[in-house]
Amino acid sequence: MTNLFNYIERSSPIHRMTGAAKLACLLLWSFAAMSGFHTLLLAALTVAAVVLFRISRIRVKDISFMLGFTFTFMIVNNLLIYLISPEHGVSIYGSRTVLLELFGPYVITAEQLFYHLNVALKYTCTIPIVLLFICTTDPSEFAASLNRIGVSYRISYAVALALRYIPDVQRAYTEIANAQQARGVEMSKKASLIERLKNVSAILIPLILSSMERIDTISNAMELRGFGKNKKRSWYSARPFGAWDWISMAVCGALVVLSLVLTALNGSRFFNPFV
Amino acid sequence: MKKFSVKTIVAIGIGAALFFVLGRFVSIPSPVPNTTINLQYGLLAFMSVVYGPVAGALIGLIGHALIDFSWGWGIWWSWVIASAVYGALVGLSAKVFKMQENELGKKGLIKFNIAQVVGHIICWGVVAPVLDIVIYSEPLEKLFAQGLFAGISNAVTTAIVGTLLCIAYAAAKPKAGSLTKE
Repeated sequence: MTNLFNYIERSSPIHRMTGAAKLACLLLWSFAAMSGFHTLLLAALTVAAVVLFRISRIRVKDISFMLGFTFTFMIVNNLLIYLISPEHGVSIYGSRTVLLELFGPYVITAEQLFYHLNVALKYTCTIPIVLLFICTTDPSEFAASLNRIGVSYRISYAVALALRYIPDVQRAYTEIANAQQARGVEMSKKASLIERLKNVSAILIPLILSSMERIDTISNAMELRGFGKNKKRSWYSARPFGAWDWISMAVCGALVVLSLVLTALNGSRFFNPFV
Repeated sequence: MKKFSVKTIVAIGIGAALFFVLGRFVSIPSPVPNTTINLQYGLLAFMSVVYGPVAGALIGLIGHALIDFSWGWGIWWSWVIASAVYGALVGLSAKVFKMQENELGKKGLIKFNIAQVVGHIICWGVVAPVLDIVIYSEPLEKLFAQGLFAGISNAVTTAIVGTLLCIAYAAAKPKAGSLTKE
């Protein structure tokens, strides 16, 4: 329960970076990956992501569950795209090279395959970085990082509160669910869907009403301690930036610029080998 | 930067925690494979009515982002933003139509449900697909199919869960002027 976000404590250069720098890098990296469909850049980012993973000393077996889940999601998503829109690649790349005729509207074209390759690369270049961030950043440092990269401390504190109270809410939920089931509220597949929805509400109502009491208690306690009186606040887990933090943020910033330059040079967000 | 009250901040934190727990652990399997019914939007609509549009938007944003983080597939920004927009829309309409969360009568509940259904239509039918096209350039038909399913199932669960919550909350809170002189 405490390890909900899969923080894995090891000693590696990536673990030693500050959370704020890692968060900034994560955002810049995802922006570089999201802004275009430049196949070579995406492939290079994928390779770089895998290398970074090696450096972080996180093993594949530490995250095999999450990886499996994510890859299923990616495959389902790709299948769904093909099922619903088998000619999407053709409309993007503006040419049509039929490789194989299936049945009905389902034709395999080189353009469509290339488009799917790009979609898959988009996942493979961002997923390792997200996993890396999750596995190497202490959740308690996360809120401090948000404040550091410019999010107002009130909102950062709300995030910290959310992280702090997730285990509590979870425990309260389990207790109420057990109590209600002991009183005969059916939650399993035996009940119909609508029935089950109603029964879940029997758990939610006490859960949410008690949470609202908790909101009152916490906000009174915070107010008594003078929260929100000053413009700034300090964080227990904040650390100053080191050399590596600056270097990696600069590299990720450069990636964003590179992606934008490629888009400008190319004249479109898509790298098109079919012209 | 506009000042939030301490209560709003705490409501955002606890609301996001609730949103996270409901979205991550409390899933009701639906007849459609690989999809679960999202209870958290009922909660989100309710919290937006009680604590206002800003709290609603941030509960949706933080809660949804944390869910995505914990699954490890990265943040699916388009849907995270759609959740935030949903919270803001319901919160705003509660303000505009003057829904009093502690005495929603039949009229209030109807207003609440109209607001939440319209909110879902805008979020999953417009905001999420448009952002998906901008960010991920996915085919239109797929996105609208996904959005349609998400929108309908979310609207149904919100109607049931959100309405029940509003009724329970109204019953638990003392109403203005409920004290009588003896």
